[in-house]
Amino acid sequence: MESIIERVTRGNFWTFHGGVHPPEQKQLTSSKPIKQLPLPKQLILPLQQHIGREGSLLVEVGDKVLKGQALTSSNNPMAVPIHASTSGTISAIKKSIIAHPSGLSELCIFIDVDGKDTWIEREGCDDLSKLSQLDLITKIADAGIAGMGGAGFPTHIKVNNKADINFLIINGVECEPYITADDLLMQERSKEIVNGIRIIDKLLTPTFILIAIEENKPLAIKSLQQKTSAFDHIKVCAVPTKYPAGGEKQLIKILTGQEIKSGSLPIHTGIVMQNIATCFAINDAVYHGTPLLRRVVTVTGQALTQPQNVWALLGTPINFLLTECGAQPQAIKGKQNQQAVIMGGPMMGYSLSSDLVPIIKTSNCILVPSAREMPSAFADTSTEVECIRCGQCSDVCPSQLLPQELQWSAKAKDYPQLEKLNLSDCIDCGACAYVCPSQIPLVQYYRIAKAEIREQQQLDLKADKAKIRFEARKLRLEKEKIAREEKHKKAAAARKAAMNKNTPEAVGAKSAVAAALARVKAKKAKDKLKESALNTKIEDKETIPEVVSDEKDQVKAAIARAKAKRLAKVKEKQQVNSVAEKSKILQESSPNDASKQEEKTLTKISVANNENNVQSQDDKKIKIAAAIAKVKAKKLAQTSYKNDKVGEPNTVSSTGESPQKKDLIAKDAKKAKIASAIAKAKAKKELKEQEKSLTNPENEST
Amino acid sequence: MAFWIASSPHNHNQSQTSSLMRLVIYATLPGIIAQWYFFGWGNLIHIGLAITTAMICEFTVLSLRKKAINKELLDGSALLTALLLGVCLPALAPWWISVIGTIFAIVIVKQLYGGLGHNPFNPAMAGYVMLLISFPLQMTTWQPPLTLLSVDLNLTNTLSTIFTGFTLEGYSVEQIRTSIDAITMATPLDTLKTNTGMGLTVLETINSSSLQSQVFGDNFSLGWEWVNGAFFLGGLVLIAKKAIAWQTPLSFLASLFICTFLAYSISPDSSPSTMFHWFSGATMLGAFFILTDPVTGATSIKGRIIIGFLAGLLVYLIRTFGGYPDGVAFAVLLCNMTAPLVDQYTRPRTYGHQKGNN
Repeated sequence: MESIIERVTRGNFWTFHGGVHPPEQKQLTSSKPIKQLPLPKQLILPLQQHIGREGSLLVEVGDKVLKGQALTSSNNPMAVPIHASTSGTISAIKKSIIAHPSGLSELCIFIDVDGKDTWIEREGCDDLSKLSQLDLITKIADAGIAGMGGAGFPTHIKVNNKADINFLIINGVECEPYITADDLLMQERSKEIVNGIRIIDKLLTPTFILIAIEENKPLAIKSLQQKTSAFDHIKVCAVPTKYPAGGEKQLIKILTGQEIKSGSLPIHTGIVMQNIATCFAINDAVYHGTPLLRRVVTVTGQALTQPQNVWALLGTPINFLLTECGAQPQAIKGKQNQQAVIMGGPMMGYSLSSDLVPIIKTSNCILVPSAREMPSAFADTSTEVECIRCGQCSDVCPSQLLPQELQWSAKAKDYPQLEKLNLSDCIDCGACAYVCPSQIPLVQYYRIAKAEIREQQQLDLKADKAKIRFEARKLRLEKEKIAREEKHKKAAAARKAAMNKNTPEAVGAKSAVAAALARVKAKKAKDKLKESALNTKIEDKETIPEVVSDEKDQVKAAIARAKAKRLAKVKEKQQVNSVAEKSKILQESSPNDASKQEEKTLTKISVANNENNVQSQDDKKIKIAAAIAKVKAKKLAQTSYKNDKVGEPNTVSSTGESPQKKDLIAKDAKKAKIASAIAKAKAKKELKEQEKSLTNPENEST
Repeated sequence: MAFWIASSPHNHNQSQTSSLMRLVIYATLPGIIAQWYFFGWGNLIHIGLAITTAMICEFTVLSLRKKAINKELLDGSALLTALLLGVCLPALAPWWISVIGTIFAIVIVKQLYGGLGHNPFNPAMAGYVMLLISFPLQMTTWQPPLTLLSVDLNLTNTLSTIFTGFTLEGYSVEQIRTSIDAITMATPLDTLKTNTGMGLTVLETINSSSLQSQVFGDNFSLGWEWVNGAFFLGGLVLIAKKAIAWQTPLSFLASLFICTFLAYSISPDSSPSTMFHWFSGATMLGAFFILTDPVTGATSIKGRIIIGFLAGLLVYLIRTFGGYPDGVAFAVLLCNMTAPLVDQYTRPRTYGHQKGNN
């Protein structure tokens, strides 16, 4: 570690692989001071402006809030509270478009600004030594400070570490083109920044503190060097200008030569990184009791007349900033008469879909380019051609990946190969897509692939959990079944034992059981008798055979039953034939008449069957007859329809059109069903009456 | 107000594939001019034929594949293939040689495998090899440099030879190749190989007073050395403009140097010098224009070095022990075959991963 700090002091930094040099365009805004803006008319505050969870609401619609009042509270370490950036009344709490590439809406608090800007009571502190570690952490957490470099990780978690910290790195690199927010903050407020750094120093006690600034910011470097000259362990490092030197992993490699192992955090190697604006906010929170209410935002781009840095209150809608910086609606039209408004820099920023999107804790730039300045931002058709494997992308990748192979696999949706090629190490910096001669939108492909991989992992997790649940349930059910069976066995054994004991209760129980068994047997015999009686009743009203008790009689009864069945079948056939004849007659008449005749025959059949005391078999007959009638009617309809189509004159068809015929057939089917239902009901009634008659003589006998 | 939605990054360095191809085409011009100066109009006519055929074929296939004609036809890749093939052919080969070769190269080797970016083999070299194997006679009747010819080969004569097989005066191609003392002249590589096979030493072959050895000229190979030199210059321009990777030509030439150096150390009499190998045949063309084709080469730096090394070794082996006088085309095709395997094993280490852990 000594050699690291020696090299750093000498200015002999390491370097990372790749990197590009896009045109910086920082001169648009770097020479003007940060402007204080007037108050906007309305503030839109999303409940979540950081990585983690949203806090719980403390206010309701209609409440009057003061500047700095907490609007949400945090009951979870990953929840960071938000505060009212100025005084006003809460007009709504509803979903609104937030600053996110997806353009989706999240819950936001709308505040109508009353213009008075009245502060809430704040508790400042002059002497740092009076505050304990816990006090400091509480102040930082209550002030709602999240990482302001872009990721928005809750700061109170990051600075609350007990591990051995070798290096605290303050990231003032700002490698992305156009953005000068951190640069001007360092030029104007270096004293406060250094105070903030010393607070973190007290919390983390690192061995060294390195403030990294790119070489293209000489004024900022000088200013910070002056303010930190009194502190031995704080070093200002001027790193060479290269995009993306400001990425966490790349900056750590530049300053310390160490690589963070894939999948682990810098804290595991004893390094913590904080953005320079976060330090400023920490100073505000601890010394002045001011929560995080505003930040420096670079509003830039050649489509604006007054590009500059501004102090923007959190929750200010973009349209307010654009008008303040001279966005002329008619002058900023692109090719399709649409303007591109990008939140962030040109390399990693995302385009916004609406100008009501609010500024949040992590917004550092609003870029409004002109079509001449950035033609690729306005490309309406894709100019993508095939990859020629030139390898320029892998030459510039800061993570030493192979973008051309990743692109191949991403297009083929080959997710295992993508994982093997370490897609998860991609930091989305955009350097590869910046240089690609075939204009392939590489970063877009990787984002889609990463999202699909993540979704697949979630589904896999769910499936695993479901599998465990299912296995557990199966096991439980089996156990219960076994337990039940055991219980039954035990109870049966107990009963048997009790019965065999020769106590009076046991004897009584035994006889009761025997009586029950005898009853069951008798009932079974009766049922058998009924069956045979029903079967033989069709022909004549034969006398009911006696209750059969021995085998021979049983056999006789069985033979009688079989005969009866055969006879019944023969009669069915006769009836069916009669129906067929009738339908033949129908075929020769007109369809309308045919339907009516069908109805008549069906009703005749049903009535006839009812008269014959039909039971279940007759139901069957009715059904068969009805089915045959249906089929014939259908055939009729089809043939007449065909004849209609062909156009031949037909004795059968008259005015029939297929829908009408279909209706008729449907009606017929319905009617057949109704008829059979009626027959069934009547048959049931008959059965019941017969049962009664059967049981009556029996009762008399017993 | 509706805004335009796009994905980051929003700016671009505005480099394009077509401008890359254009740059490579410009870099071949010195070599083509040198070839014209020393060998006449033959190759230019072949280049013209090849380009026309290539454009027609590409247009047909792209229309059949329903691709955007404007973008893809004029991106310069078909033009470059045709150019390289035209440069490689013998100057007096019949016209149908270049037409067939180009059709094969564009339709089968490039488009049938998926078009630009998807072909595993270099189309120009694959076309050349197909022609060499199918029409060995026509592909080995090389024209000697103009200074050694007894027949005046101006433009009309060359056109007539290529399209009819005879000059306007009635000389056949064989007669053109024959020197005044009725000995057919071949390329320097060919001559050296044949004579070494017969038992003559290199010095004997080069310094012999026979007119056949005039093909060697004052330095290494008359005419050919200047052509190779011009291609070398074009290649340096490409490297300076970062259009090609410098590792491939360097490793190719270095491996050729090592092979010839070893051979010379072992047996000086039967091995020509490194400079001879470097400046005759298609060495420089292969080093800077063929092997560096990004689509068919390796992607990682280590891979490129391995491919270049392998190519140099193969060129030397085929030239010395193989059946053909010049082995650049075969070596390139063999290296194209190994490129995917080399790619797989030479992936660079990703940031944050240990070597070998992936």
